[in-house]
Amino acid sequence: MPPPSPTLDATTSAGFLLVLSTVVPIAGVLLAFVLGGRYARSVASAVIPLGVTVTVAILIALPHSDGVIVYLLGAWPPPLGIALRADGLSAVMLAATAAVICAVAAFAAADFSAATGDTRTPFAFWILLLAIWAALNTIFLAGDLFTLYIALELLTFAAVPLVSLDGQAETLRAAMRYLLFALLGSVLYLLGTALLYALHGTLDVVLLSRRVSAEPAVLIAAALMTTGLLAKTALFPLHLWLPPAHAGAPSAASAILSGLVVKGSFFVIVRLWFDVMAGLPSFVAMQLLGALGAAAIVLGSIVALRQERLKLLIAYSTVAQIGYLFLMFPLALGAGKIESGGALAGGLVQAISHATAKAAMFMSAGSIYATLGQDRIAGLGGIGRILPISVLAFALSGLALMGLSPGAAYLAKALLLQAAAERGQWWWALVLQAGGFFTAAYVLLVLTYAMAPATEQVTLKKAVPRAGELAALALALCSLLLGLAPWRAYLPIPNGDVLDSLRLGAVAKMLIPLLGGAVLAVLLGRLELPFRISPSWNAMLAPVSLVRRASLASSALVERCDNVLRQWPTACICLLSLAAAFAAAMRIAF
Amino acid sequence: MSVSTIFEIVLAAVVLGLGIWTTAVRDTYSATVGFVVYGLLVALIWVRLDAVDVALTEAAISGGLGGVLLLGAAARLQDAKFMAADTPGKLACVSAAALSLLAVAALMVAVFLLPDSASTLAPAVVANAWTTGLTNPVTNVLMAFRAMDTMLEKVVLLLALVGVWSLAPDGAWGGHPGPRHQADANGVLVFLARLLPPIGMIVGIYIFWTGADHPGGAFQGGAILASMWLLAIMAGLTDTPPVNSQRLRLLLIAGPGLFLAVGLGGFWSGAAFLSYSPTLAKPLILGIEIAMIVTITTTLALLLAGTPERSAQQ
Amino acid sequence: MTAVRVFGVCAALAVGLGLYGLITNPQPLRKIIAFNILGSGVFLLFGVIGRHGAAAGVGNDPVPQALVITGVVVAFAATALAIALLLQLFQRTGSATLCNDAPRSAGPDPPGG
Repeated sequence: MPPPSPTLDATTSAGFLLVLSTVVPIAGVLLAFVLGGRYARSVASAVIPLGVTVTVAILIALPHSDGVIVYLLGAWPPPLGIALRADGLSAVMLAATAAVICAVAAFAAADFSAATGDTRTPFAFWILLLAIWAALNTIFLAGDLFTLYIALELLTFAAVPLVSLDGQAETLRAAMRYLLFALLGSVLYLLGTALLYALHGTLDVVLLSRRVSAEPAVLIAAALMTTGLLAKTALFPLHLWLPPAHAGAPSAASAILSGLVVKGSFFVIVRLWFDVMAGLPSFVAMQLLGALGAAAIVLGSIVALRQERLKLLIAYSTVAQIGYLFLMFPLALGAGKIESGGALAGGLVQAISHATAKAAMFMSAGSIYATLGQDRIAGLGGIGRILPISVLAFALSGLALMGLSPGAAYLAKALLLQAAAERGQWWWALVLQAGGFFTAAYVLLVLTYAMAPATEQVTLKKAVPRAGELAALALALCSLLLGLAPWRAYLPIPNGDVLDSLRLGAVAKMLIPLLGGAVLAVLLGRLELPFRISPSWNAMLAPVSLVRRASLASSALVERCDNVLRQWPTACICLLSLAAAFAAAMRIAF
Repeated sequence: MSVSTIFEIVLAAVVLGLGIWTTAVRDTYSATVGFVVYGLLVALIWVRLDAVDVALTEAAISGGLGGVLLLGAAARLQDAKFMAADTPGKLACVSAAALSLLAVAALMVAVFLLPDSASTLAPAVVANAWTTGLTNPVTNVLMAFRAMDTMLEKVVLLLALVGVWSLAPDGAWGGHPGPRHQADANGVLVFLARLLPPIGMIVGIYIFWTGADHPGGAFQGGAILASMWLLAIMAGLTDTPPVNSQRLRLLLIAGPGLFLAVGLGGFWSGAAFLSYSPTLAKPLILGIEIAMIVTITTTLALLLAGTPERSAQQ
Repeated sequence: MTAVRVFGVCAALAVGLGLYGLITNPQPLRKIIAFNILGSGVFLLFGVIGRHGAAAGVGNDPVPQALVITGVVVAFAATALAIALLLQLFQRTGSATLCNDAPRSAGPDPPGG
């Protein structure tokens, strides 16, 4: 369904719903702030259903409104005023955000109630959660670059305290690093905005899309803005802040941080390239983005396999999955301009699939962590019996991430593979398939340990509420079934049987990544296998162990590279070099 | 080369020299002092650029309150152990310098290639000033044309405060931010803290009130009021309020709350969210600004006071 | 050499200074100061653009001015949050460093959550 050109000076009939999307969570923040920690959870439980209703209303209203809802704030049309615009992309992201927030709220309801007398963590958590929701909704709906900047800052200020909520020195350090790097990213974005205003006298997305042309200042602005946003999205090699931050936060917060917060800045990149600067990018620049994505997939997965803590493994898995999101850019470049088509749909479906599946994964890991009191992968033995629901949720979300049909990741992969075939860029198809192997590797690693019998006496530290486990399971199931959702109404999915071919061959298609993943896990994972191999097999496996030692050495090298890249000076130098490389790449085509 | 251009070049050179000194000097305390002076001189640049509103904001918030924040932190961190392992190697410094210069060059290219006929929204702002009845164009943009940005920014301020408060150790949650300041009752600080606040309050309220038609506004006035309150706190004349005080929290949400209410009221009366009818515009905007200055004063002062350190019973 | 050009160069150099300080200075407080210098450079760039867009009897385009005022307040809030984090870190550990030195699996496991 080709998007019609949005009108500028007409507020469409359902427009006020867009305002409510932002206003309702903000009202919740203000109310919770005044009422204090004792009532924060109650305020959130009142506001969340309201917000979900507004999102559902937008989803229903959008197809009836020709695919675009517009609202002019203050009745001032751009360029003087600010417009809110909802299109199919906004709608699906709003829906995914609402779903994840609901699930996380259900999961966190027990952890962050004021029942124990502690009012600091409930006060902080529920206000920050609602603020993240408000910020994300504004990002998905705002039609002005500076409003997007403020919404991004709101998102950062709400996400950073979540990292340091437990007050440990490690998490304080992680929060500081996150804050400073994210601020650097915002400042670069603001710099680009200044240059765009200088040339065109407006910051409105639609007006800019009509006025931009390939002048040097515009190219510099594009490079600066994209790199700044990449820093906030933690794309390789700018991922220094993500693993400690997402692993150190409380699990409910990690679910939100990994699932939703990184998607905010990603969405702004999509808006920038698909709406504002569609006619500008060069082949080389987009291939560069895709190459970074591919590197993220490989490096993130390998380092994930080497982790000893579950939450760090999941955090590095996020680093890898973020790489997937950027494969859509080289595939969307048509004849000299970016076209919204299968690649765009694929990228967004991938983002939503990751949001739901990763949140479910962190939630189930959180239940396991709380029960065992620690999250060492080697110590997970026996958890399969104690927390079957959580382990099932973890398995399902892992399968969803791997691309089991009819999950959203399967649909996304199919769309991206189709786009790769159309553009003749077969190398991205290779990357996509390899990514599936890597994902299977670390999921299988964890599941092997979780299903193994307990090696030592398992002491239960805390009883985890059933509601939390069920919330994780529900979200994982949701991610696994999302391929069946009515995407066509909102996203430009090309005609044809993308999904219909999934039933029969699907299971067979899963076996290959699973097998490949198992091989990779054995080769690259440095933990000892949890079961014993009988001596007769040992002789046969001798050459395997040689190969394993070689591959372990190479994966150790990769991990050392990652440690170097995650030093502050190195990461910042990569940031600036990337901006320069991007600007140069864009110059080449002109 | 006219005299004014020479003056501008000298001003820019001094500012940049201060910036280089602030970045390069070894002692952190000196760097902070250098930054305060830098901020005040940058305010002069803003006056030269004919943006007096921004000059006031820059001097009051960035140089003034920001400088106090940094000075306080530098004083408290004087004993911090310095890890030599952190210092980046020569290669890193050289690459960083090279890339920064590249960025500088790119921006200079952009500045020199600015189109001769500027695309500007100034005529549109001036032409639509009649809808609000205020004549300060910056206030019009902030409170009417781009009101959503201002409202969101208030929420951002509040969130920063929530973040700062959330760092409180469990025993001090809900308590007083910062240490209890003591000062010699016959000293200069207490003398100034008794003398200046009444004058400062009048100046702050005046700058706020005159922002409707002349440079000024809620942010600038609020910063001055906040600094007067902080002066009294630092001289030990009064203590920081406990963070769990309901009245304090109501003051803190007054700005965004009223903004939201008026915005919704605009929708109710038929026009749009955050629109004002021309007859009611001026009183509505001034009403919002009064709520805003209360919130801004409290928020800025509390952001400076920091994380709660003493429990509420003290 | 108009005011726009002089202060435009000044803004660009301030941005460069801030970037250099943010990358190379190891102490977090100096990084925050460098971030503030970087921010002031970006705002000056807006101001220069506004001056370039002076029209209709107004000496400086009001829209960039409004953006800068918003930006200054946000930057102050960011500085306050960063310094609060830094001071808490100092109170807990006695040192203020961003170095990711903590070995991942050597120490006792952090409490659950």
